[in-house]
Amino acid sequence: MAVGTAKIKSAGAAQSPLLGFAMFSPAVLYIVLLIGAPFVLAIFYAFSDARIGGGQLHYVGLENFRSIMQSPSFRQAVKNSIIFTICAQIIVLVCSNILSIALEKPFRGRGLVRFLILLPWVAPVSLGTIGWKWILDSIYSVITWLLIWLGFVNRYTPPMWLGQENLAMASVILVHCWRLIPFSTVILLAGRTAIPKEIPEAAAIDGAGFWRTLFQINLPMMIPILGVAVLFGTIFTFTDMTVVYILTNGGPYDSTQTLPNLAFSQGIQGSDLAAGAAISVFLIPVLVVIAYLMLRVAHRAEVN
Amino acid sequence: MAVVETRKLTKVFKQGELGAVNEVDLVTREGEFLVFLGPSGSGKTTLLRMIAGLESPTAGEILIGGKVVNDLTPRERRIAMVFQSYALYPHLSVYNNIAFPLKAQKVAKNLHKEKVEWAASLLGIQGLLKRKPRELSGGERQRVALARAIVREPAVFLLDEPLSNLDAKLRLSAREELERFHRRVGTTTIYVTHDQVEAMAMGDRVMVLNKGVVRQLGTPKDVYDDPADTFVATFLGSPPMNLIETEDLIIGFRPEHFRLAEDMKELDKVPFKFRVENVEYLGAEFILAGFLVGGKADGKKVIARLLLGHNFEIGSTYDFAVPERQLKFFDRTTEKKVPARALSWQ
Repeated sequence: MAVGTAKIKSAGAAQSPLLGFAMFSPAVLYIVLLIGAPFVLAIFYAFSDARIGGGQLHYVGLENFRSIMQSPSFRQAVKNSIIFTICAQIIVLVCSNILSIALEKPFRGRGLVRFLILLPWVAPVSLGTIGWKWILDSIYSVITWLLIWLGFVNRYTPPMWLGQENLAMASVILVHCWRLIPFSTVILLAGRTAIPKEIPEAAAIDGAGFWRTLFQINLPMMIPILGVAVLFGTIFTFTDMTVVYILTNGGPYDSTQTLPNLAFSQGIQGSDLAAGAAISVFLIPVLVVIAYLMLRVAHRAEVN
Repeated sequence: MAVVETRKLTKVFKQGELGAVNEVDLVTREGEFLVFLGPSGSGKTTLLRMIAGLESPTAGEILIGGKVVNDLTPRERRIAMVFQSYALYPHLSVYNNIAFPLKAQKVAKNLHKEKVEWAASLLGIQGLLKRKPRELSGGERQRVALARAIVREPAVFLLDEPLSNLDAKLRLSAREELERFHRRVGTTTIYVTHDQVEAMAMGDRVMVLNKGVVRQLGTPKDVYDDPADTFVATFLGSPPMNLIETEDLIIGFRPEHFRLAEDMKELDKVPFKFRVENVEYLGAEFILAGFLVGGKADGKKVIARLLLGHNFEIGSTYDFAVPERQLKFFDRTTEKKVPARALSWQ
């Protein structure tokens, strides 16, 4: 009976190819219009002299790339993007591992804690970041107030969280981590629960303590899922501009400038579409290499 | 080597609920092969996990080698355990799986190779040391799990249904291998199973559990020939013991003792008329199902197990009998064994 219906359905689809086309066209349209077209346009602009409000377009070859390579802002942004991504990934991995271990075993109120931990991921990025901007404000910072109250900081020379070069970078990284940790925690929690219960138990019987079980049994078994978490985290971090844009807009003195924010500020705010496009296109090979490496790690671990 | 002892060991998972294990008292003997036998949910695995230190008891004491180990971690108890799924470390080679306990217990590095090779040769898996667990068959995995357990020379071996993942053919050879292995190493071993054949075949002693309570502890012969209650009587044996309820007693006899009266040489026998309702031919024997006719036990269903040599017709009534000394008596309310007594069946 079920086979019969399936046959009729597929026969119907075969008779009207239009139906099949209508079914998948929204997805294709979405990808073509919102991802494909801007992507092609960006590559096109990157080799032209496009300006906002400018008239004719001219092919300029690699001129845009040559000029951004020479710009100190760009070199700073490349360096910052790498630092930003690597530091954020390390912190996120360590913290989300700790959290996933803490949340694995049932305890009273675990559901509530899981919900609270997920909040930063669920809340709109811009709202959360604006909240952090307030927390890190030069005058109204609640952190500074707390540190003064505890006596760690001099009331007359308080730290400027977003105004000093190193502190600004640290602040941007930490706020970004705050946002990514929930996501990573959920992924690692899934990976951890996928390990059969007997395996850590066997390790306990074999005499392994907490650290040995973690580093020699659990984490190696979680490599595929860790790969997924790092892959997504890296891409989210490397391409993210919201946190930097809202907190510092790349300042002070480009000390927190990252590639996406630089592309936006030069291309849109600075009207130099061609330079912005060239900076964005510069991200692509980097991301492709990262994606390839991560997928290979994940695949190899899966095969093993 | 050491003796495992439990005193009033109890585990209650949810407060207010019946315990998974209730006040179990147990003393193993040096070097024996002890089997925990029971249906699923009988608490046998929970009991084993408490001895291993994977589950903490709600009440009672566990002693290993005369020392209370309730508060010791599994590693401090010097036990080894083989899990039902074997729980091999999938990312480590067989060599590293076997070497893991040595590393974890900080055995001097230069001894690792020698010990791993010793354990591997004991189980005949020297050729597999470089492989990963996923490249092994079920039987090979079991041997690796045993090698990993034996390598640190534990005081006690705990085995949790290690044969249940094997197919029937392999199970028989793996069983023999386990028996030989135990004879060779002579370590006190506790073996959990729900399979009565395994229990009878392998155990020096069998502890029958049901609903977290020990029903009987004895040699396979004891629990089979002299069951302590109706649960043990029906759990062991296939087909199970026939039970016939009378006013204040339950009378039991095994299907193999229920035979044609004319074949029986015993002088003291209890005769029955048996109406055959179903005949199963099993190659070496018949299983006859039917009911008793006449007397107090009229209409009671019974099963007989007979060797070949007769023809039985469905629907016919035959003269059967049970040797009197093979009758077991149980109290009707407590279902516990009571001394034999004379009965009139008419």
